[in-house]
Amino acid sequence: MTATRDRATVSPSRPLSATAEKQLPPAWFGRVEAVLYPTLAIVAVGAAWEALAGGGLTGQLPAPSRVFADVQPLVRGFFNNDENDKGVFWQLAASLGRVALGYSLAAVVGVSLGILVGALRPLRLAFDPLFQVLRTIPPLAWLPIALATVSQANPSAIFVIFITAIWPILINTAVGVRQTPQDYRNVAAVLNLSKTAYFFKILLPSAASYIFTGLRIAIGLAWLAIVAAEMLTGGVGIGFFIWDGYNSSRMADILFALVIVGAVGFLLDRLVLWAGRVLVAAE
Amino acid sequence: MAFLEIQNACKVYPGRGGQRYEALRDVNLSVREGEFVTLIGHSGCGKSTVLNMVAGLGLATSGRVTVDGRPVTGPGPERMVVFQNHALLPWLTVRQNIALAVDAVHRSLGTAERAELVEEHLQLVGLGAAADRKPGQISGGMRQRVGIARALAVRPQVLLLDEPFGALDALTRGRLQEELLRIWEAHRITVLMITHDVDEALLLSDRIVLMTNGPAATVGEIVEVPFAHPRRRGEVIDSPPYYQLRNQILHFLYERYANPIAG
Repeated sequence: MTATRDRATVSPSRPLSATAEKQLPPAWFGRVEAVLYPTLAIVAVGAAWEALAGGGLTGQLPAPSRVFADVQPLVRGFFNNDENDKGVFWQLAASLGRVALGYSLAAVVGVSLGILVGALRPLRLAFDPLFQVLRTIPPLAWLPIALATVSQANPSAIFVIFITAIWPILINTAVGVRQTPQDYRNVAAVLNLSKTAYFFKILLPSAASYIFTGLRIAIGLAWLAIVAAEMLTGGVGIGFFIWDGYNSSRMADILFALVIVGAVGFLLDRLVLWAGRVLVAAE
Repeated sequence: MAFLEIQNACKVYPGRGGQRYEALRDVNLSVREGEFVTLIGHSGCGKSTVLNMVAGLGLATSGRVTVDGRPVTGPGPERMVVFQNHALLPWLTVRQNIALAVDAVHRSLGTAERAELVEEHLQLVGLGAAADRKPGQISGGMRQRVGIARALAVRPQVLLLDEPFGALDALTRGRLQEELLRIWEAHRITVLMITHDVDEALLLSDRIVLMTNGPAATVGEIVEVPFAHPRRRGEVIDSPPYYQLRNQILHFLYERYANPIAG
């Protein structure tokens, strides 16, 4: 009895002649998955929404099918440039123009001040508490102050962008400058590197990735801020378009604008990310 | 007066709450021009502190440090350092890293001469092929070779090496030791090097300085290394005095001045 038990036996569940190799999915399946799954998710959400709207459970929010029908005029009139009926394209352009101006100013001032504050200890100690308080003020809270000062909607909106975008840029730049590794500072010291050479060849490149993180955070905040600011100031802009749509109960307009706002925000973020990759050397 | 002279150098760090930490006390060392001296000791015994005093990156709190008769008051390219963590700028290529040093120091030379100097030192350490790569794209051993090339391109009076091969694997370390030996034998520059590796010290040095432990560390013993140049590792390790010297150093480090394991 024990003799047969001692012998090791292989008992395959299927004959060994069958293929024992596990079949791997083809390489392209990963890419198909990356597109297929999100598409399925969006379709599922859309279907659920359609069903809920059909059952009257979504209040004023229309079903996707209704939205799709209602936005056709907007899509056709995308590039309209009439005084009273600007197409969505021009609304977007107005908003982007304000963001471009406010953000550029914030970038220039933020990086310059950030370098000064990061490099000079007395300045850092002097201004850091002030910055930490100011940066927590919500962007829209600056709007009344701006309007009271300049009494015009457009400069006020640009100021709101500026004051929103500057804090991440300034603070990240300051941190990046402070984090210049001691090794690089030692190299500069031993070589008696001139201030200019140190600034351009060591300090800036070392802080660059921090600076671009700040720029990337700032663009997202700036885009959020402009949509909100324009709802309050009116005029031409995607924020005003959304608010106007709400006041006229044109829900389709709002949803259309939201999708576009989201898409533009995503593109802006990618743009800054790409700029950072191009300008900052990979380590 | 010797070329590099350290006289009664002390280093005291002011601590919190009035607690002073005396890192070094009465360090005395005379190094002749063209001599290769190594500092060995346990971690925390102040070897890097001594090197930094000569480099000017952390000055002695009392005593004198002079190089070629001039007191050390700050860092300078005539006392160039090879750092343990290579300290290469990752956004510059190998060539640009060396050129940065050459441009900063040899301001009176023309562009062509400076480029030639960079090329010469690239070839010296065998990095001609990798000259246009960034530090992130080359191995650890190659990065240290760039650090050495950069230091030599500056043509310093004293070359200071802070555990230059400490971050490398043993085989790469062995190869780079031999490369450094070859370069030094050709140029005979004054060198002060810190290492943990007893065999490395015996292969490269003219004299080995054994440090006692901190606090208040000082020079414990100085060992003369008698092997003639040019040295080859195979011959050196076969010489009769080699193991006697090695054991003397190991006795110093592990018995007479053993570092108590921190509790």
